This record gives sequence, C-alpha cells and structure tokens, in this order.
Amino acid sequence: MIKVNYFARLRELTGKSEETIEQNSMTVQELLNWAEDTYPGFGKNTVHVAVNEEYALKEDVIQSGDVCAFIPPVSGG
Amino acid sequence: MKPFEIIETPIEAQKYTDYVLHAGAGAVTVFAGHVREWTHGVRTVYLAYEAYVPMAEKKLAQIGAEMENKWPGVKVAIVHRIGELHISDIAVLIAVSSPHRKAAYEANEYAIERIKEIVPIWKKEIWEDGEEWIGGQKKYPEKGDVAE
Repeated sequence: MIKVNYFARLRELTGKSEETIEQNSMTVQELLNWAEDTYPGFGKNTVHVAVNEEYALKEDVIQSGDVCAFIPPVSGG
Repeated sequence: MKPFEIIETPIEAQKYTDYVLHAGAGAVTVFAGHVREWTHGVRTVYLAYEAYVPMAEKKLAQIGAEMENKWPGVKVAIVHRIGELHISDIAVLIAVSSPHRKAAYEANEYAIERIKEIVPIWKKEIWEDGEEWIGGQKKYPEKGDVAE
C-alpha cells in the first residue's frame, strides 16, 4: 500500500490531504495516470511526484510503504 | 530556531542574522521577501501559503549546501513562513554571511531563485473578488534533470 499526499490546488481538487492506494508497486507514471483518471483536471503533465521526500522520475518505481506527494507548480518566496 | 525551517509564526529577522554572524564574517546580507499589495494592477487582500514541511526544510538545507559549495566560506540560514500572511508581512528571509561582500550578495540572490524552483511551498493570492494558486513550474523533468 502506497500513501500519497496532496497540496494546494490538488488538495482542493481532490478534497483530501492524503489517502492510501492499495498497490504493492507502480511507477511514477502509473501513479500520475491513476490520479488523472481518478480526479479529472488533475493536470498530470505539470505535476511532479516526490517519493519519500525526494523528486522522482516518471520511470522510478514506487514500492509498498513509500510515502509519495504530488507537487503542483511551486510558488514559494 | 533551525537554520533551514518552515514556521507558522512571524519571522524574527535578528535570530537568523545572529545565527550566520561569526568572527570571520566581514559581510552579512539579509533578504526579506514581503507580501506586496499590488501585482500587475490587482490588489491582494492577503496570501495563504502552504508547504510540504519536511521536504521543504530538506530542500532549503540542500540550497544551503549548494551555496556553501559555490561560495566557500558562506554561512546560511533560510526561513519561510506559511499560513495566512497580510500586506508587508515577511514571507521568506535569507541570511548569508561571508568573509567578503561579493559572495554574500551573489549567494543570497541564488537562494531566492532556487527557492522558487525546487522548494515545495505554494502561494494562494486572495483578492477582493476571487483567489488563485500561483505557480509556473515547467513540464515534468527528464532523466538527469530532476527539478534541479
């Protein structure tokens, strides 16, 4: 099972800060596809994924127990 | 205080300046980013910031390490505030000390540019007649180009 966190626009779009996905393993691209299918308007082409608090590539593999976060365009400062 | 931190309370600049100051420092630059009322003719009522706090603090520390690598001898502290901020509040503060002034100026500007690129912090502008999450991140990075 994989934990995912939502922030900012995505937290408002999904109506939640976090949830758990019942998967043992999936790629970052598969996770983004899942998010787009589950939440229309997610905008997977502009959203980055962090796995265990580090930016991940689309081909990286997420394992059960990992903590992921969807990172929409940042705007600190 | 921690040298790289996200806080929910008003930023006290002196704490971060004191942290970077030491006997070998001939220059200290302090950048404070404040909440601006007018942006391109639109009046902001207040801003709401949120962050992925543990990752944001790691990324601030990473930026500090990059600065020490590029400008040997600098000492750095960076703090970003989240929550509701009003006009003129400090949103971000970067303190850099260095033996000489040039590195302190250059490293400080580098820090704010990197914050805007890689630190998971988001700003929502709230206007009198609406609101919007701000952000202009580029497309997904390719291999070897992980948002760096």
